[in-house]
Amino acid sequence: MVRIIDRRFDSKNKSTVNRQRFMRRFKNQIREAVADAISGRSIKDLDNGESVSIPSKDLSEPQFHHGKGGIWENVFTGNDQFSSGDQINRPPGGGGSGSGKGKASKDGEGEDDFVFNLSREEFLDVFFDDLALPNLVKTQLARIHEYKSQRAGFTNDGTPANINVVRSLRGALGRRLALASPYSGKLRELQKQLEELLETRPNDDPEVLKLKDEIGILRAKIDAIPFIDTFDLRFNNRIKVPKPTTQAVMFCIMDVSGSMDEGKKATAKRFFMLLYLFLTRTYEHIEVVFIRHHTVAKEVNEEDFFHSRESGGTVVSSALDLMKEVLQQRYLNGAWNIYGAQASDGDNWENDSPHCRELLAESILPFLQYFAYIEITPGEPQNLWREYEKLLGAHANFAMQHIEGLPDIYPVFRELFKKRL
Amino acid sequence: MSAKRPKRKQPLPSPGEWTFELIEAYHLEIDRVAREYGLDTYPNQIELITSEQMMDAYSSVGMPVNYHHWSFGKSFMHTEKGYRRGQMGLAYEIVINSNPCIAYLMEENTMTMQALVIAHAAYGHNSFFKGNYLFKQWTNADAIVDYLIFARNYLSECEERYGEEEVELLLDSCHALMNVGVDRYKRPAKLSLNKELTRQRERAEYLQSQVNDLWRTLPAHQAKTQTFEEKRFPSEPQENLLYFIEKNAPLLEPWQREVVRIVRKIGQYFFPQRQTQVMNEGWATYWHYTLLNTLYDEGLLTDSFMMEFLHSHTNVVYQPSYNEPWYRGLNPYALGFAMWQDIRRICEHPTDEDRHWFPDIAGSNWRETFDFAMRNFKDESFVAQFLSPKVMRDFRLFAILDDDKESKLKVSAIHDEAGYRRVREILSDNYNLGSREPNLQVWNVDLRGDRSLTLRHQAYLRRPLNGDAEEVVKHVARLWGFVVRMEVAHEDGRVEVLHECRRDRRKSDGH
Repeated sequence: MVRIIDRRFDSKNKSTVNRQRFMRRFKNQIREAVADAISGRSIKDLDNGESVSIPSKDLSEPQFHHGKGGIWENVFTGNDQFSSGDQINRPPGGGGSGSGKGKASKDGEGEDDFVFNLSREEFLDVFFDDLALPNLVKTQLARIHEYKSQRAGFTNDGTPANINVVRSLRGALGRRLALASPYSGKLRELQKQLEELLETRPNDDPEVLKLKDEIGILRAKIDAIPFIDTFDLRFNNRIKVPKPTTQAVMFCIMDVSGSMDEGKKATAKRFFMLLYLFLTRTYEHIEVVFIRHHTVAKEVNEEDFFHSRESGGTVVSSALDLMKEVLQQRYLNGAWNIYGAQASDGDNWENDSPHCRELLAESILPFLQYFAYIEITPGEPQNLWREYEKLLGAHANFAMQHIEGLPDIYPVFRELFKKRL
Repeated sequence: MSAKRPKRKQPLPSPGEWTFELIEAYHLEIDRVAREYGLDTYPNQIELITSEQMMDAYSSVGMPVNYHHWSFGKSFMHTEKGYRRGQMGLAYEIVINSNPCIAYLMEENTMTMQALVIAHAAYGHNSFFKGNYLFKQWTNADAIVDYLIFARNYLSECEERYGEEEVELLLDSCHALMNVGVDRYKRPAKLSLNKELTRQRERAEYLQSQVNDLWRTLPAHQAKTQTFEEKRFPSEPQENLLYFIEKNAPLLEPWQREVVRIVRKIGQYFFPQRQTQVMNEGWATYWHYTLLNTLYDEGLLTDSFMMEFLHSHTNVVYQPSYNEPWYRGLNPYALGFAMWQDIRRICEHPTDEDRHWFPDIAGSNWRETFDFAMRNFKDESFVAQFLSPKVMRDFRLFAILDDDKESKLKVSAIHDEAGYRRVREILSDNYNLGSREPNLQVWNVDLRGDRSLTLRHQAYLRRPLNGDAEEVVKHVARLWGFVVRMEVAHEDGRVEVLHECRRDRRKSDGH
């Protein structure tokens, strides 16, 4: 009596729930690991999962067992040299003693970290589990120079590589039948006459010869119909369909004046990275424009943006002017979702701040999906903050946050991009 | 396999790929031969699964259903990582002690491997599950799958009601005590789904009332105080920590008691397996070897089948020597297989030595002796009873005494006339759970004072507890709800407190 059951097509992921439980339980460790991973990566290197390691003591499942020490007497195999009563030196590392059964090694080596791989999705989900960008309006999203090739029936002309043989031959056959039809009717008639004639007359009778000539002419006419004609050719038709891709541009604006030290820049870098990371989830193609400024603003590459040293005073409006210029030149064709992120210590030339607010309100914010300002300063908000505060009510796509140090960055990010219903 | 073997039958086809028809054909023959040898088994249910599903089964401790817990996810990820990187192969089979007996075959196996697994699991292990006294006493094959379903449903109901986190914390604590949740000398009641369901509510109410009675805070009469002071609780030390907590922990809710009970019952289910590894694996290995060889002798198996089969079999029973880098202790498959083979040899072709050592079984009917040994022993007693000098010589067994107070190890006995009994004694003791695992007892509850619970470790041969003990004590404290103390009683009579966990649940959890 036996039952043989094929379970191979049953649901495969019985352990999914348990995996999720695991992820949830060690969410904090996993988050930390992910944050560490990001600081070591370039801002655009986000296509990979991450191997996460958790100290195994954190996830040990403790139980009562014996530890090392005391008296143990164990049996081993393969005696090749010992007699009763022999004294042996302890093997280095204490192997061979302990509780036998391999438990000693379990205690001894248990310190390795537990390493496992987050898939890319899980990696990103750790950050974005409950986030979504506000006002996610997709504007004109087609990128002109990217096409998708797609089949669209058959055409009468094309390249030889695209000839559709079946269609072409079918056409040729039809044409041949049609062109030959007047002759073949006549041919059948003549052949019938010939057969009847041959029953009464000999082979070399003039009537017979005449009929045979006519049949020969008809045959030649039918044979002269071309087997295939250019007219018969059919080609597979492929058309190019514009592939809609969503694209965004992200402006990173950072104050690099003397008052912004390395620590503040590192904080700002985290913030830009996180923003970029989030945008990659929403958009297929993202361009990043780095603008740094002190009293004058300059568009630079990523390396210079984060690492070159500058000093001097601060005129924030210089950067906003440059951003406006770049916007108008490159991105205001309706094809871009535009995001802005500005990091500063808030220390601005006093008379410049109101001008910044105006610039933002009139020339920048109307075109943007979202603009986030973070002020990295340990103390009271500075003058720029106070000016920007006035924008808050009137512009739903504007947000600002105050950050004191590195540990604040993630909560702030969540606050900024919290789901808005 | 003798050369004069008569080829009576047409051999079964042995292509690399298996098919359902072939599995059935092989099973039919294996079943027939097993019956001829008198193997008594539960009906078989053979399930074909993928490697993915095998990993699932691995990580839920080999059970077809189980409740959800992060630790199973951890073990799945661990297994998956090892498997994907090729560091680790998966077992060819998993077999579940249930009625019908479920054996999993992996899709990736060749036909030969499937036949090997059927013989090994569906006849070897299966008959052992059905016959061995420990399994009969401690597990109920008819009810286990139903019980697991009950457990999973109950736990997910608890999760809905009290929150996943709450249940998870409770399970963590219970898991920490899973290996001290067994009465080693008492026989548990049989599991039954219906009984569990109908009696679960009753039990919960009754238990709660008992507990409440235990902790009644009505002022006691002065006159009675004297007698109270004499009284200990528990009146005798208890070795089953989980059971004690289930019945007596003052602050547990009824549903929490039920969860403790579920973990205890499932832990108990694995208790026999931990004690019969050598016997059980040896038995299954012996029977796959014997059944398939019998089929070969009948002419039913091709030579190529046998080559592949013997290759796998030899790997399974390989026993490295102590000085080889891949030595991981005694291989239970190797030792068990050798011992069962040896018992048959003693029965059929006893030497003078065997007659001297085993007067009872030398020359007896081997099938009856096998049956007796399989039914009535566990590793500890099996080794003590049946390990023969010949097997000790073949394995070149020797015993090492490791006393941490001595600078050198001492060879206490080897495979010679003077040492046979000693080696056997020591090996038997190695398989004795009582000395392998620490002896822990619920020693006392301070009923009249702070309600603290004292656990006592009776040290044996100065063996200490491992570093986990402190963590486990915290888990006990979470369940108990009041102070929990862990003390060790040394053999010279000294008692010292190892850990103390002050965790007043009433305050921290707002009770």
